[in-house]
Amino acid sequence: MSDISIISAVLVVVVAFFAGLEGILDQFQFHQPIVACTLIGLVTGNLAAGVMLGGALQMIALGWANIGAAVAPDAALASVAAAIIFIKGGDFSNVGINVATAAAIPLAVAGLFLTMIVRTVSVALVHTADNAAKEGNIAAVERAHLFALVLQGLRIAVPAAMLLAIPASAVQGVLEKMPDWLSGGMAVGGGMVVAVGYAMVINMMATREVWPFFALGFVFAAVTDFTLIGLGTIGVAIAFIYLNLSKQGGNGGGTASGSGDPIGDILEDY
Amino acid sequence: MTEKITLSKADRQKVWWRSQFLQGSWNYERMQNLGWAYALIPAIKKLYTKKEDQAAALERHLEFFNTHPYVAAPIIGVTLALEEEKANGTEIEDAAIQGVKIGMMGPLAGIGDPVFWFTVRPILGALGASLASTGNIVGPLLFFFGWNIIRMAFLWYTQEFGYRAGSEITKDMSGGILKDITKGASILGMFILAVLVERWVSINFTIDLPGKQLSEGAYIVFPEGQVTGPELKGILGDALGGMSLDQIQAQTLQGQLNSLIPGLMGLLLTFLCMWLLKKKVSPITIIIALFIVGIAARFFGIM
Repeated sequence: MSDISIISAVLVVVVAFFAGLEGILDQFQFHQPIVACTLIGLVTGNLAAGVMLGGALQMIALGWANIGAAVAPDAALASVAAAIIFIKGGDFSNVGINVATAAAIPLAVAGLFLTMIVRTVSVALVHTADNAAKEGNIAAVERAHLFALVLQGLRIAVPAAMLLAIPASAVQGVLEKMPDWLSGGMAVGGGMVVAVGYAMVINMMATREVWPFFALGFVFAAVTDFTLIGLGTIGVAIAFIYLNLSKQGGNGGGTASGSGDPIGDILEDY
Repeated sequence: MTEKITLSKADRQKVWWRSQFLQGSWNYERMQNLGWAYALIPAIKKLYTKKEDQAAALERHLEFFNTHPYVAAPIIGVTLALEEEKANGTEIEDAAIQGVKIGMMGPLAGIGDPVFWFTVRPILGALGASLASTGNIVGPLLFFFGWNIIRMAFLWYTQEFGYRAGSEITKDMSGGILKDITKGASILGMFILAVLVERWVSINFTIDLPGKQLSEGAYIVFPEGQVTGPELKGILGDALGGMSLDQIQAQTLQGQLNSLIPGLMGLLLTFLCMWLLKKKVSPITIIIALFIVGIAARFFGIM
């Protein structure tokens, strides 16, 4: 609600550090909004609010993944910054969630530049490791690796600490002055930006062979009230049925995946 | 060669734990190379006791490497098997080890992306997020534990599989199972993505269209003055039967769109985003543009 206590602030920075580590490692998923926002909510004593913000932001970030050259917005800084702004703003309604989410987007861009810088600095660290390896100095090789990792953690922890330093009254002042069309408009935009993440993923997966399943999914979701678990079960069943039928069909499955399916082609070539 | 040096289960577990930090020093020059070497260090220490051998092994594993961080596990397994043989005196060229790594990383990355980033994470994330948006703590817990159990088990079992199979794994890989998994994941992924587009992309127009004059018999004619019991019964029956209360039916743009199929505008927006992304417009640009459109639309009362 108001200013965050020193202990909470330190814990928030620790959470931010872990989010930064995971932003590059992509293993434990501390950088995903649903985890990062929940943890920041927990250490500041606003667990339920943090969980709700995490859920809302997760929907937007669902399709953000770094694949090859396509660089996705940085979920780590977006989640941590949104959670800090949200908690400091003290407005735990849907409006507060939408404003925090919208404010997180420019920071997701800033996070990208920061990770690019660290990835460039890491080139120098790799050269240090090269020299250490020539001498058989294992400890120095390990140090170089871990130092690069720590830099990735600081990439999020330092901006988080800077955000925490801004007094809550200033954050609230800005948020309160915000006219309705701006906060309402951010909510409208928030409903739409979800599509970008989905579009990224669909572009990667879509082939002529799997488009019919997209159509099925859309209609099932539109005309029924089935829950996500129910629809997921239908999806699994359809996938199994298709795989089995295409095998039984003899030449059906074997050749159909030929042209439209890049992954199949890679495996074929291999 | 008096005694064969082998990697114990504890050694392999150390490598497994460290392999989670594969991307820690991701860099623009050789990408995951240092993380890869870092993961193998426990094995290198065990297999090679002479300092020159250790140095040679480290240098060998600081070459370029990049793949999906999870499917690196079977490659690590194979590499462990090869290094073990090499340490025991079998002639294995450095180029052969590097060749196996490079040969496996491309095709395996092609499996890791659709399975983990495009299917498992969106599904678990959407499930967790839909619970979390009501403030339910089960949402984040489900996502975090579900994901990490799947991930850690995958890393360990595929690394073990690679270690046992050794270089034989290349034969298995072209087989049908991995191909089926990839295709099955794509089918499930596309199905679920369509569900998410329909349920979560929200576009609501607030524009009212001119009302529609209903024909006689489609609306209830209310009698003037006092209403008797039987009359009221008739009116209620008509209302329950779906007749309109007003002579003019209010119409909204959104209502009209929903009568085609709910979520249509969200679908069109998704297609627009896909098209823009294919035109090499950065996702960030699209996101910021959508917020601007949203604010403008709200300002003018369109959405």
